[in-house]
Amino acid sequence: MLALIGLCGCGRGPEQPVTIAAAADLQFAMEDVLAAFRAAHMGMDVRVDYGSSGSFYAQIQNHAPFDLFLSADIQYPRKLADEGLAVSGSLFPYATGRIVLWTPSSSPIDVSRLGWAALDDPAVHHIAVANPDHAPYGRAAVAAMKSAGIFDRESNKLVMGENISQTMQFVQSGAAEIGVVALSLALAPAVRDQGKYWEIPADSYPPIEQGGVILTRARGSRTASALREYLMSAACRDILKRYGFYPPKN
Amino acid sequence: MDWQAIWLSIRLAFCTTVVLLVVGVPLAAWLAFSGRRWRFLVEALVALPLFLPPTVLGFYILLAIGPRSPLGALYGRVTGSMLPFSFQGLLIASALYSLPFAVQPVAGAFHAVDRKLVEASWCLGVSRMATFRRVIVPLARQGIATGAILSFAHTMGEFGVVLMVGGNIAGVTRTISISIYDQVQALRYDAALETSLLLLGFSFVVLAVTYALQRRVWIWPMN
Repeated sequence: MLALIGLCGCGRGPEQPVTIAAAADLQFAMEDVLAAFRAAHMGMDVRVDYGSSGSFYAQIQNHAPFDLFLSADIQYPRKLADEGLAVSGSLFPYATGRIVLWTPSSSPIDVSRLGWAALDDPAVHHIAVANPDHAPYGRAAVAAMKSAGIFDRESNKLVMGENISQTMQFVQSGAAEIGVVALSLALAPAVRDQGKYWEIPADSYPPIEQGGVILTRARGSRTASALREYLMSAACRDILKRYGFYPPKN
Repeated sequence: MDWQAIWLSIRLAFCTTVVLLVVGVPLAAWLAFSGRRWRFLVEALVALPLFLPPTVLGFYILLAIGPRSPLGALYGRVTGSMLPFSFQGLLIASALYSLPFAVQPVAGAFHAVDRKLVEASWCLGVSRMATFRRVIVPLARQGIATGAILSFAHTMGEFGVVLMVGGNIAGVTRTISISIYDQVQALRYDAALETSLLLLGFSFVVLAVTYALQRRVWIWPMN
């Protein structure tokens, strides 16, 4: 009986669908990426769940049923690989995130011309950033403000979103006048026409390396390795670029 | 241990309870005794926070108290500050979120007061207001206490609404549940466990003490 149950569990054919745990910032790009992947790989079934990379990390540690993990911060998949929860050698970078200073189009602040000086506008009472404690975009925002030498001056205006989408929502709703968000969000279809932004110089903060890994559950899955391959291809990088993700460093 | 967040949560829960007693008791009295036909609409409105996911409620509140709404703009003109990301904003959000927890037990208790006692009081020439104060409220104090405890407890454990309108500012809007969430997100599981245990212990003690007190009230009826 037990052997039978075990057999059912292990009988993982090549046609098994692959479930991706993807960082929330990939939401918009992923539709195009997967459409292209499916067109090239007929019969390979892929599903996606979106969420915070940190939460996925905790869930995967507790053996959540995911096959591929696409994190906004390569540090999480790296840890999973170290902990033996990922297929060894499957760790891969797929993009580099960028941050921008963003305001709604209706705002009187001309952020694309002013750059950091926009924060000194008297209308700015709150600057929304993602929580630097655990959100990679928040860490980048603080690092960039520090290297611009304005962090100490502006830190009392900071309000923190739990993730980069919520940070965006603080600014969109008008509760905060300006915010540091991901370029991928500023370019998202739902937001693209609603705001203006200034791209924060990429050399002023450590690169936001986004990385993925194949989880042990999907060991030997052809779909999972095909997907990993595709995510590192030039074709996929072109799609990601349109959505505000730069190719990974080297 | 994030003592600042713990103290903030206690302060917020206390203020919310006070606000809800001041607003909720008259509202509950109206719900219990009004003969208006459209009373059911108000009842439905009061119960709405039970149904709505806290994130939905929080999102609406964020829009409603933000500088672009008439309410938020008025508050900004009068006080010169803004409601989102402030303790006052959190207080409004918490009061709305816990409204049914305060109003429903109190309205139930008012409703259960023996009509004969109320009418006897009126017949003895005691005014409606004085009857409410001296007959109805003392008889319904169990329900009022329940409403207060539930409001306090519900605010202590509030998460989604605070997440949506708070902005996570230490000492101002970072409540204990947000602090625990942050600790988990930052993979500081030990710290999260410690804070969670403290919250668990605190909640149990508060509830045990209040139920013990209530029980004594039950055994020795007043006068």
